[in-house]
Amino acid sequence: MDVLLLSRLQFALNMSFHILFPTITIALGWFLFYFKLRFTLTHHPVWMRLYRFWVRVFALSFALGVVSGVTMSFQFGTNWPGFMEKVGNVAGPLLGYEVLTAFFLEATFLGIMLFGIRKVPSWLHTLSTLLVAFGTTVSAFWILALNSWMHTPQGHEIIDGVVYAKDWWQIIFTPSFPYRLTHMLLASGLTACFLIAGLAAYRQLHGDNKLAPKIAVRTGMYTAAVLIPLQILAGDLHGLNTLKHQPQKIAAMEAVWETESGAPLVLFAYPDEDERENRFSIEIPKLASLILTHEAEGEIKGLNDFPGEHPPVAPVFYSFRIMVGIGLLMLLVSWFSSAVLLKHKKLPRWGKKVLVGMTFSGWLATLAGWYVTEVGRQPYLVNGILLTEDAVTTVPAANVGLSFTLYALIYMFLLVSYIATLGLMARRAVEIEEITSEEREMAKASRMSPANT
Amino acid sequence: MPFESLSLETLGDIYIGVFGLAVLLYAILDGYDLGVGILMPPRHEGYRDTMISSIGPYWDANETWLVLAVGILLFAFPDAHNRFLQTLYLPATFMLLGLIMRGVSFDFRAKVAQVKKRKWDLSFKYGSLVVTLTQGYMLGIYVTGLRTDLWAQGFALLSAIGVSAAYAFIGSCWLILKTEGELQEKAFHWARRGLLALAIGISAVSLANLTLHEDVREMWLSAPSGYYLAAIPISCFILLSLCAISLKKLPAYKGRADWLPFAIALVVFGLCFAAFAVSYYPYVVPGEMTIEGAISSAGSLRFLLVGIVIVVPCILAYTLLVYRIFAGKAEELSYY
Repeated sequence: MDVLLLSRLQFALNMSFHILFPTITIALGWFLFYFKLRFTLTHHPVWMRLYRFWVRVFALSFALGVVSGVTMSFQFGTNWPGFMEKVGNVAGPLLGYEVLTAFFLEATFLGIMLFGIRKVPSWLHTLSTLLVAFGTTVSAFWILALNSWMHTPQGHEIIDGVVYAKDWWQIIFTPSFPYRLTHMLLASGLTACFLIAGLAAYRQLHGDNKLAPKIAVRTGMYTAAVLIPLQILAGDLHGLNTLKHQPQKIAAMEAVWETESGAPLVLFAYPDEDERENRFSIEIPKLASLILTHEAEGEIKGLNDFPGEHPPVAPVFYSFRIMVGIGLLMLLVSWFSSAVLLKHKKLPRWGKKVLVGMTFSGWLATLAGWYVTEVGRQPYLVNGILLTEDAVTTVPAANVGLSFTLYALIYMFLLVSYIATLGLMARRAVEIEEITSEEREMAKASRMSPANT
Repeated sequence: MPFESLSLETLGDIYIGVFGLAVLLYAILDGYDLGVGILMPPRHEGYRDTMISSIGPYWDANETWLVLAVGILLFAFPDAHNRFLQTLYLPATFMLLGLIMRGVSFDFRAKVAQVKKRKWDLSFKYGSLVVTLTQGYMLGIYVTGLRTDLWAQGFALLSAIGVSAAYAFIGSCWLILKTEGELQEKAFHWARRGLLALAIGISAVSLANLTLHEDVREMWLSAPSGYYLAAIPISCFILLSLCAISLKKLPAYKGRADWLPFAIALVVFGLCFAAFAVSYYPYVVPGEMTIEGAISSAGSLRFLLVGIVIVVPCILAYTLLVYRIFAGKAEELSYY
């Protein structure tokens, strides 16, 4: 294998592993803030129970995110020197602002959030939780600003083949940025919702009848039920934006080879890039045009209009279907569960099993979505400006092969350990006793005492 | 755009300064927690728990200084950054694998079954060791101007051992500050041995350093610059002797100056760094690439400088806040 393919595989591996954990922590931070806030307002000990359990999940996820993030930050120099040479003047400050305004904030206040609850006043602990949640979100803001610029670059000029920044406002707020940021933040929210509900349902299936998992299932499913329609809307708008700025990506997502009006929606097919046609396809007439242009006879540009400039079709096409499929499943599960919960206050046993099955569904959808957009940008690294093959390192392929193998082994091991440890933490939580009468008294006393208003 | 009046030359100096600050803070801050990691005794679970507690609230933020340092180098001096990481591809990879293992072990150990805890502790210890050795090795190769010949390799190995000793030393000083009783006695013992290794390491690296670059040798060995510069190794030597005395006497003082060895270690790290900076300014890659030759575009440097000027003082302030909150002897870590 050549160094380009190996470097791309290594980057994809690192990125895929890394994004799993921020996807959880961005939203989980806000959930923790919510739990702490509810505890502060009601003094009901169950909110602290929820906080304690999920702050441990947060700590573990955050640690995995940090170490894989540090690894990411070295990849530019080790494998993609051409990236910084060409667009470093734009990419550098955006990454720099991420480190300065987000990484230090979250990493420092995490210490107080995790271990400081008995050392600092409650308000400072709540504030630390808020700052950590805020930091994770700010981090998403900067990195998605850079990523969006790579898809829809603007606000720069090119002198002697090197990109120089002209207008920072334009660079940060590129046309695809608001959509991408919204889409990713909602994805994080949904990932956390299904993780929270899934692990809580897992506890219940292991005989946990306490209040905390009941609340967790409700919180997760109600929130998901609200977020998922918003996500579908955001995804649709993002798609329209992509059609405007990167039509070749849309053509690959929908496997449209020839430009046509009233393009059918291909539900499933085997896109054959050699013959440049779809085989075994199942189609709904005119639906793709209707979805993408909001007109039945709208025109969609085909892949053949972009010779040599369009991404590989099959991975984009399949990933897109996986993402949408999981999204629709999320819609079904969250609305059904919410309806049952509203009516009967609890889920049937099989409903809980479904939730357990969906625990990591957010991960799959998020990864699939990222594959759509990142593979969809190929053959460019920065759309229209820098080809991926022009940025790659000259390090011997054997070295990259070795590092890729080691990363792959270690990440596989860590992923298994992570999931196994979450399971173990959930099973252990089953044995923790129900809220004691003493705690209940304390809560009651604090609610009644005027000193605590 | 603010800072319009700053020339590219001034910007280069500012950025190399910020880079230096980030590297020094990284070496001190992650240095002590890496050092604590290396020292983890495989046979003593109680000690290991306390040692982990002593660095628990800090390590995430400590490691962030590495990201900042790499980020500044990447952005302000992209050519230097690319050459550095291309030449040191494999050591950098092993360092990252080490950082991954130690970082996650820290969190896994507290959450898994008792039987597996020791395995995570060992992965923490040896992960830390891999990190310190590779960082020392990379520093060594970097100082030679990214040479890869045999002499440079030998120097880099020396540097690998020296840096590991330095981290172990500052780690044990941290433990003297943060622990008490039996473990503190143990930390005194480690610190005494670490001090000896560090003194030998500093001397060896300094002498070997003189063989690498003609102009550096000249600067240190000729009048009048040599006289001023001699102050650095002399004060370093005096401080290390003071530290040796304090390590002997302090156990009898019942914890009244437990901060002293760590404070001395801080100053020694600062001095070593200063010696390094004086030797190689204005190079970004010693002997190979100057600040001027590697600097990126002024407009972008000014744009990020706004953030640096506003945010770095805030970072330092809330870092101090966290150190104040968790001041005193380490307590058992608990999430509530």
